[in-house]
Amino acid sequence: MSGDTSGLIFTFFNQEVAARYWLQILQGLGVTVGVGLAVVVTGVLLGLALAVLRALHIRLITWMVVGFADVMRSLPPLILLIVVYFGFPSIGLPLSAFATTWLALSLVLAAYAEESIWAGIVSLPVGQMEAARSTGLRWWQAMAWVVLPQALRRAVPPLTNRVISITKNTALGSVVALNEILNQAQAASSTSGNPTPLTLGALAYLLVFLPVVVLARWMERRWKGR
Amino acid sequence: MEALQQNFFNLPIYAQVFPYLLQGLWTTIWLSALVIPLGAAAGLVLALVLSQSRRRSLRWAAVAFIDFFRAFPPLVLLVFVYFGLPFLGWEIPKLGAVVLGFLLNNAAYFAEVFRAGLEAVAPGQMEAARSTGLTRLQALRHVVIPQAVKNVMPDLVSNSIEVVKLTTIASVVGLPELLRAARDAQSLVYNPSPVVLAALMYLALLWPLTRWMARLEHRRTTAR
Repeated sequence: MSGDTSGLIFTFFNQEVAARYWLQILQGLGVTVGVGLAVVVTGVLLGLALAVLRALHIRLITWMVVGFADVMRSLPPLILLIVVYFGFPSIGLPLSAFATTWLALSLVLAAYAEESIWAGIVSLPVGQMEAARSTGLRWWQAMAWVVLPQALRRAVPPLTNRVISITKNTALGSVVALNEILNQAQAASSTSGNPTPLTLGALAYLLVFLPVVVLARWMERRWKGR
Repeated sequence: MEALQQNFFNLPIYAQVFPYLLQGLWTTIWLSALVIPLGAAAGLVLALVLSQSRRRSLRWAAVAFIDFFRAFPPLVLLVFVYFGLPFLGWEIPKLGAVVLGFLLNNAAYFAEVFRAGLEAVAPGQMEAARSTGLTRLQALRHVVIPQAVKNVMPDLVSNSIEVVKLTTIASVVGLPELLRAARDAQSLVYNPSPVVLAALMYLALLWPLTRWMARLEHRRTTAR
């Protein structure tokens, strides 16, 4: 049994292989975190903008926002990435793997963020907007200073889980050769003929996302009390 | 404009690859029909352990399992299972790797959904059911679980939609579902149209479900 265990460790955590490739995995980690942060910022801001546009109650805009959100929530993100990466060059818009992953995942996150923020906006009594307007604020001032702060607070809990699952989707970038963790790990694993880089990659993901998952669980508990 | 039509909406190519993609769509559907109930069942068991078990160690193990697999991107898990296990001398077929990877990942997500549903059932329900002479298991099965499921129906639908979308990652290990079929066709005809057609097929399959989910959610928020 002990022989088996050391064999297992030798295979999945070979120190020599680990020493050779850890730097590469670390670089991948940098790319994963970078593209993840870019997606979160862009996606949430775009979603916020769409929700505010929808609050204008102009029928054509509402239809466009709802249509966009429905399509982005129905399409598998991986196929979106592939369409952008392999399709856009043929219409004269070649995008790098980083830009592709960023764009595709931001659009998906924007759709979910718009839905959550919109749900927060409609959950407020109409009187909030009316009262704010009656004090002389303009529509967009009332929106920015009265409606949105309350709506965003209600949108945070449903949004955190989406943000986590969409940032985890940065691993899909490996399919279009984005050199993030998974791609680096797979490349190193096939060059070395050993699964140790995959183990390192798995550890790198846990390092990034386990704190996020635990933090989200904690936030959800705290927020519930309000 | 013409380039767009040529490369995205090329009708002759659509006609040519459609039967092939239809086979892929069928694989996507039965794969989903296989992994969704499996993941939901495992998730329910985990959630029951989490909310009902009197043993702290078991509850902790369930939380650890859930957080671990929620932190792990499903694609990474699948790659690990498919390319890692053979190093142990276990040749695992594609379908086996996909089902195993999905089971671990889905169980964690469904567990979170069921946990919320179970927590929302008032404790008096269990007590009242027990006082009528039902055993704990009977009370769970006939009284508590049905209410828990009703509480979180929209989330169960939404999670199931996520799983259908997630089946696209099986293309990475070469399981011939819709996306794999489309990519194979794409490399045969040297044109991205098949992938766009596949995207349209996903939309046709999932848009109605997304609308249904939105309605369920709306009903829930207005009912409160």
